[in-house]
Amino acid sequence: MPAPPFKMNFTYSKVMVRMLSFAQTIPRVGIVGAGTAGFYAAMHLSKNVTNIQIDIFEKLPVPFGLVRYGVAPDHPEVKNVINQFTKVAQHPNVNFYGNVTLGKDVTLCQLRQNYDAVLLCYGADEDKTLGIENEDATNIVAARNFVGWYNGSPSDKNLKIDLSGSTAAILGQGNVALDVARILLTPVDELRKTDITEYALATLAESKLTEIYLIGRRGPLQVAFTIKELREQLKLKNCKTIWREQDFKGVSEMVGYLERPRKRLTELMLKSLQDNPVDFSQCQRLKYFKPIFFRSPTKFITGIDKKLSAIKLDCTKLIGDKLEEQRPVPIGESEVIDCSLAFRSIGYKSVPVDKNLVFTKYGTVANNKGCIIDNNVSSDLGRLYVAGWLGTGPVGVILHTMGNAFQVAKVISEDLKLSTLSKSKGGFEEVRKIIAKKNNFIVGWAGWEKIDKYEIEQGKLKGKPREKICSIDKMLEVALM
Amino acid sequence: MSLRNIFRTVRSTHSYLLRYNYLGASFSNYKSVVPLSTNIPALKDEKVKVTFVLNDGKRIETEAKVGDSLLDVVVNNDLNIEGYGACEGTLTCSTCHVILKQEDFDRLPEEASDEERDMLDLAYGLTDTSRLGCQIIMSKDLDGLEIQIPETINDARS
Repeated sequence: MPAPPFKMNFTYSKVMVRMLSFAQTIPRVGIVGAGTAGFYAAMHLSKNVTNIQIDIFEKLPVPFGLVRYGVAPDHPEVKNVINQFTKVAQHPNVNFYGNVTLGKDVTLCQLRQNYDAVLLCYGADEDKTLGIENEDATNIVAARNFVGWYNGSPSDKNLKIDLSGSTAAILGQGNVALDVARILLTPVDELRKTDITEYALATLAESKLTEIYLIGRRGPLQVAFTIKELREQLKLKNCKTIWREQDFKGVSEMVGYLERPRKRLTELMLKSLQDNPVDFSQCQRLKYFKPIFFRSPTKFITGIDKKLSAIKLDCTKLIGDKLEEQRPVPIGESEVIDCSLAFRSIGYKSVPVDKNLVFTKYGTVANNKGCIIDNNVSSDLGRLYVAGWLGTGPVGVILHTMGNAFQVAKVISEDLKLSTLSKSKGGFEEVRKIIAKKNNFIVGWAGWEKIDKYEIEQGKLKGKPREKICSIDKMLEVALM
Repeated sequence: MSLRNIFRTVRSTHSYLLRYNYLGASFSNYKSVVPLSTNIPALKDEKVKVTFVLNDGKRIETEAKVGDSLLDVVVNNDLNIEGYGACEGTLTCSTCHVILKQEDFDRLPEEASDEERDMLDLAYGLTDTSRLGCQIIMSKDLDGLEIQIPETINDARS
């Protein structure tokens, strides 16, 4: 659409106003973490606060957080959201500064000294552990690291994983657990068309896995995965899903009482349970997907060299009234499942990057609607906010993080409008001087665009949409050349 | 608007040709070719009216091209609806969730597919007359359609 002339004038006059009104202070917002929450917050702020200056800091040289390193490679459509984020980054009042680490290159206090508001949305970087015997055995992998590995995350690219056994167990029943199962069970030729890393393809091509358990402590009515992911799993080529009939005792009677989303999900499981098995006899290499319920891992059993050989599971039953809140308790029986590989997929927690941040027992930053309650309020420090998984805990899909980010951004914009900013803060000009003492390689948006272009070119050579650069050094080399 | 369509067409053809060269990968992303077919010349000039009612009560009245989806209408008219259409109409998110009046919901030619319902199940404020905007194709029959954009923020969740 050709821009009508008045629009140009309008933009022009806006610039003029900004240049001339030197008496007016520029509200400056620093965002830590260039993932979903950070970009959606920046989207809202850039649209709703005039004259705002938004600087997004990111630990990695590349943006998009879990959209790049979490979303499964066979879900390219989900990554279309990157186009929206790119528009935000290209907004004249928004800047991206990659390869800057909070707590290392710059402290939280220094950021707050130079911004009117600092929004933390650096996510949940660590996986939760089970805390059971032999959890450090060989071939027990955090699902998070496995996801990072196939997606080319620099910190996970050297993960050692042995796929030479026939059976693996995934502990947990969320969407990450289903992603892990699907990537392991999908015929590898299907994955070749995705942006999965080359080394992951090579390893997966050698995989001897034919059977994957998906183990949950609670029942079919409490599963955390969403229906889309289950439907995909059930439709997977050359893979048969085997449920345990006894796990579904009483479930169909409950269906009528459920809300629509849980109801449809439960109905899909019941339908799959009752389905007459499709004729799999013609399949050359049939694989099995086996969700099991009411089993709580209590011990990893190891063989020689501390290598995993089996998992001991306690049988459980549920207590409590509300379905969603029912807790599993052991009933005194147990089961042992032989497996040579296990994935821990029971959730993430956030890491503290600053000693002044107060964390809840759930591993999130304590907050009230995104505001971080701060007792040592000093007038020269910018206010502190939190959005995304760092504040809500690692739940929900992009939509939920979007809603949360908009909500917190709204609070920030209202606070900015109410507060009388006496003088402009130093912003990035000052922060740059601090960072420069430790790190001279800040990657701006243009640097990311170079990386992006390079990756797409490398991908073309292999018939893939993209071949990611997995080393930070190489990213910096491409971005700063 | 026409420029955008040309761009889209060129882009689609481009990506189609690209994929076509990598045999084997050619049809997996067939969806990216589909926009070519929505610009049926015969329908080019047929326009209908649509009204979007935002969650703060604001009303946006706009024109829609027959054959376009509600998501196309939002994108082509630069309607300022925050975060709308994150997955660009590929049925992998529910950011284009809309709520219809019962009578409009009933007169849509097609019911929601399983895949659309799967996504709707994740939306906030799901109603019995909820649909995804990317799946509602404007027709002359839908002239004057009024739809509600629900709140994307859920206080209970955060």
